Amino acid sequence: MPARIVVLGGGVGGTLAANLLSKELGREARVTVVDPTGMHVYQPGFLYLALGDANGRWLARDERTLLRRDVDLAIERAVRIHPDAGSVQLERGGSLDWDYLVIATGARLVPEQIPGMAEGSFGFYSLEDAERLREELRRFRGGRIKVGVAGIPYKCPPAPVEFVFMLDQFLRRRGLRERSEITLLSPLNRAFTIESASKLIQPIMSARGIELETFFNVESVDASAGVVSSLEGDKAEYDLLVLVPPHRGQEAIDASDMGDPGGWIPTDRHTLQVKDQERIFAIGDGTDLPISKSGSTAHFEAPVVASRIASLVRGTAPRSNYGGRVMCFLETGDGRATTLRFDYEHPPVPPQPHRMWHAAKWLFNRLYWETVPQGRIPEWAMRGKE
Amino acid sequence: MTQVTEVTRSIDARGMPCPGPLMSLIGAIREGSIGDVIEVLSTDAGSLTDIPAWVTKASHELVSVTETDGATSFVVRKMR
Repeated sequence: MPARIVVLGGGVGGTLAANLLSKELGREARVTVVDPTGMHVYQPGFLYLALGDANGRWLARDERTLLRRDVDLAIERAVRIHPDAGSVQLERGGSLDWDYLVIATGARLVPEQIPGMAEGSFGFYSLEDAERLREELRRFRGGRIKVGVAGIPYKCPPAPVEFVFMLDQFLRRRGLRERSEITLLSPLNRAFTIESASKLIQPIMSARGIELETFFNVESVDASAGVVSSLEGDKAEYDLLVLVPPHRGQEAIDASDMGDPGGWIPTDRHTLQVKDQERIFAIGDGTDLPISKSGSTAHFEAPVVASRIASLVRGTAPRSNYGGRVMCFLETGDGRATTLRFDYEHPPVPPQPHRMWHAAKWLFNRLYWETVPQGRIPEWAMRGKE
Repeated sequence: MTQVTEVTRSIDARGMPCPGPLMSLIGAIREGSIGDVIEVLSTDAGSLTDIPAWVTKASHELVSVTETDGATSFVVRKMR
């Protein structure tokens, strides 16, 4: 009888893991992806959509078209995992039994945790929010723009920095830059979580006239007064406020008592097994790993989990381990970008921004649908120049 | 007589790279109540500057900083 493998979530990690498992195990396994929408969304595109550089239709595809034919897709919401029984309960009343489970359910946006945020701010962390911000930016005629973070951890740590650089370029092109102020409200005492990247970014911000306010962890928004307040006791006035919403793990993880207080899944940093669970693995934004929540992380984790499960199905010792590898691009505006490549042991040493990295990101965005979910990015391209 | 500070919540952030320990502290302060005493254990060298700087900026009280078994213990009282 084939091994029953259930993958919760049809994002980057879930789709890639399912395809790799199916390819590797063939008839030795029956792989089922469970996803509540059945649509696969390319989230890095939200940034471009908000700034009018991308079309929303380019950012979503039917998940079925990205999965190998022998992978089953259940368009269902998983509501509870039963680790001891080896099953997962679905919202419409059914359940699925599994021998191995991959949790790739991602993170949930919870703007309701910040008073006033929904009424008083814009964002680009969902398709709807990015489209709303694009409309607001079309109407914008100058003023004070504050860009901040309303909770950590959040997906794609470079995104707020990329946004301020691209916004600067957007306003210059429209002749609005001199009538506008851009301020990045950073939760840390620097512009970016990673110190080496901050050292590269901050001088560029200064040169572009982008202000930096540090230790500003957004606590509340007063929409009528146009004021955003921080946990540290500071206030900032704005005409346009753009915030990264707070994130937490999915409701199914809370309901299954499998998460930490933030709803993140305790996960072994090398084997990616869920704590105390031999047959359950977690990848992507939903884990508690001390590493970026990003598609790149899930992209590097999925092959490790697929390899380990394939070994377990065949009764051999799993050998593949995750070393914390992440690779991503960081747009610095004006057609330039840098790249961040790091792992658990090696912090990134980002190169000076160059047109080549912007071109590489542009190419990656376009090739994504035909390469990443299917595991077609060759190893040398993922590794880059070490 | 020595005053004993009772820790309300303890966070083991050992092995977590920068800025994880500070972010864990900020999260605990966000969720806590005035008067709560939070302890963070960190092995990250950056915490020695980041955590006291944030506690001062946010007007909380840094009760103690002590070295224990290769880690640093930061004890912080939420003041507002």
